[in-house]
Amino acid sequence: MKKTMMGNFAASWGAQLARVQVIAAYPITPQTLIVEKLSEIVADGELDAKFIKVESEHSAMAACIGASATGARAYTATSAQGLALMHEMLHWAGLARLPIVMANVNRAMAPGWSIWADQNDSLSQRDTGWMQIFASSAQDILDSTLLGYKVSEKVLLPTLISFDAFFLSHTMEVVDMPEIELVDKFLPPYNPDYKLDVKDPRSFGALTDEQYYYEFRYMMQQSMDEAVGVIKEAGKEYEKLTGRLYDLVHSYRCEDADMILVTSGTIGETANVAVDELRAEGKKVGNMRIRVIRPYPKKDIIETIKDAKKLAVIDRNISPGYSGIFSQELKSALYNEVDVPIRSYIAGLGGRDVKIEDIKELAYDALKNDTPNDLIWKGVKR
Amino acid sequence: MRLTIPEREIMTPGHLACQGCGGSLAMRYALKVFGEDTMLSIPACCWAVIDGPFPYTAVNVPVFHTAFETAAIMASGIKAGLMVQGKETTNVVAWAGDGGTFDIGIQAISGAAERNDDITYIVYDNEAYMNTGIQRSSATPHGAWTTTTPVKHYKKGPKKNMAEIMAAHRVPYIATASVGYPEDFCKKLEKAKNTKGFKFIHVLAPCPTGWKSDPRYTIKLAKLAVQTNNFPLYEIFDGITYKQSIKVKERKPLKEYMKYQGRFKHLPEDELQFLQGCVDENYELLTVRFE
Repeated sequence: MKKTMMGNFAASWGAQLARVQVIAAYPITPQTLIVEKLSEIVADGELDAKFIKVESEHSAMAACIGASATGARAYTATSAQGLALMHEMLHWAGLARLPIVMANVNRAMAPGWSIWADQNDSLSQRDTGWMQIFASSAQDILDSTLLGYKVSEKVLLPTLISFDAFFLSHTMEVVDMPEIELVDKFLPPYNPDYKLDVKDPRSFGALTDEQYYYEFRYMMQQSMDEAVGVIKEAGKEYEKLTGRLYDLVHSYRCEDADMILVTSGTIGETANVAVDELRAEGKKVGNMRIRVIRPYPKKDIIETIKDAKKLAVIDRNISPGYSGIFSQELKSALYNEVDVPIRSYIAGLGGRDVKIEDIKELAYDALKNDTPNDLIWKGVKR
Repeated sequence: MRLTIPEREIMTPGHLACQGCGGSLAMRYALKVFGEDTMLSIPACCWAVIDGPFPYTAVNVPVFHTAFETAAIMASGIKAGLMVQGKETTNVVAWAGDGGTFDIGIQAISGAAERNDDITYIVYDNEAYMNTGIQRSSATPHGAWTTTTPVKHYKKGPKKNMAEIMAAHRVPYIATASVGYPEDFCKKLEKAKNTKGFKFIHVLAPCPTGWKSDPRYTIKLAKLAVQTNNFPLYEIFDGITYKQSIKVKERKPLKEYMKYQGRFKHLPEDELQFLQGCVDENYELLTVRFE
């Protein structure tokens, strides 16, 4: 069924279709609509779930962890400061191996107070053991919620689905809502091997010395490695059901490209249009949108860019004192693998609009300069 | 006299508590009453260690070890997860020390209390951060030595009144208890078990390590705290109705309670008198509320 909806509601309906059982959430702009809609859906009895209206995001994540530990499917949504407040519990969910799915509306960190798009909130959580998806459309948000549970419950790691504030959270798009029968087929009820069960009492998360902790981390890494394949399989299965394919990396006209833009989120969609226009000018440019950053899709990236002569990374984030985070990760992944100059650009922080022309300008700059490692701030006022 | 404490033991020997630990006794009684159909949410506190290291456990009920400030909300989350799966009978108990309750955990407790989540919150109060090596908490009484309130700068200011804070939330059931009065403690646990909504039990659990007391005096101290009116035992229903559960016939002087504890031995006479005055005043303020 096709329906016009905001990105935020795509998240809400994604959670409903996934038949989440416990929702715990705290309001924060621009996420609020996601949980407002869900609270309505639950109150109206359209979803058999418990909604805990918690007193903070830290508690929202803790409640999800508790619920997930009993074997219930748990969901929450947040943004920026809220995600930062959850930080401790994000580690807890990851190390407790609980397949929670959460939406995060990418918003700039304060101060100054900003409610606009910026990826520094979720990228600051990169090392918490969550799989991280950057959605680029409302359809992607809804589908990723279903795919998120599918993968999370297989590899026992939580999934964070991030998408740009306002450019996506509050923009109306046509979304194809899969029928619930189809979703049920794709996503059976969650029933983990180990859970809090009075018939089989166990202690979870007990004091763990060096005899065991090290192996916990190792197993987590193994699961992240395994997740690469699981995401691909789930994507293919979902494609069979819906016709929509999701992969870790989305390649657009990269096959014969001399220069490839590396993007994420909504900038990735705008870049596709820029690529078309650049192609019309005779420039052999492609766009590689990184959809999943954890697990890091190293093989897919190398496969996509191996024949390119140059890369230009556009980061809507900054690791102060170094560079854009996607850019760092790309350089690290390609070292010893592919020798190709990489140009790094920062754009769109704090909701600054990144237009087609902006991306084209970056592309022209990258096409005429071969020096790698430059950090260029697009359109910064000096 | 007919003993009412259940004979069954759910907690096992082999736990890692110190000798004379009031907190381990509190858990033993709590599990006797709550039974096998119980789950525990335990944050950072002595019990995070007492329960035993992975892969061991000393409680024979499911335990979820959680972050310091989340005992209450973790219990709420567990309860919600069980409810939606139709497992409505299971008692979900948040079990935390005084630091995790009076200090860092208070926000989540307040949230769970305000929502009236159907969980029991039990704080075993040993009046300092004992697990991290005896640092003061807001449950540490005036005059006490701790490693962060050393003898020259002993704790100034009264202990936070947690029961009153909880009463302000108008939750269905609140009780104070002491491991020195197990019959009374168990009755209160039974009431909590049979009450829907948010229950709060504040049990005084002497800590020989932190109180600098002889382990053999744990029960004596737990009794003296009550017999001096320093830790009165009572219940609060719906935040309004106060009932005294143990009435002390002849109040003992506070000095009697303090003399068995190294943490007060530095106190000058005028401070002891001041503290005696505080105990009397607090007790008077409380008794006017008793039915």
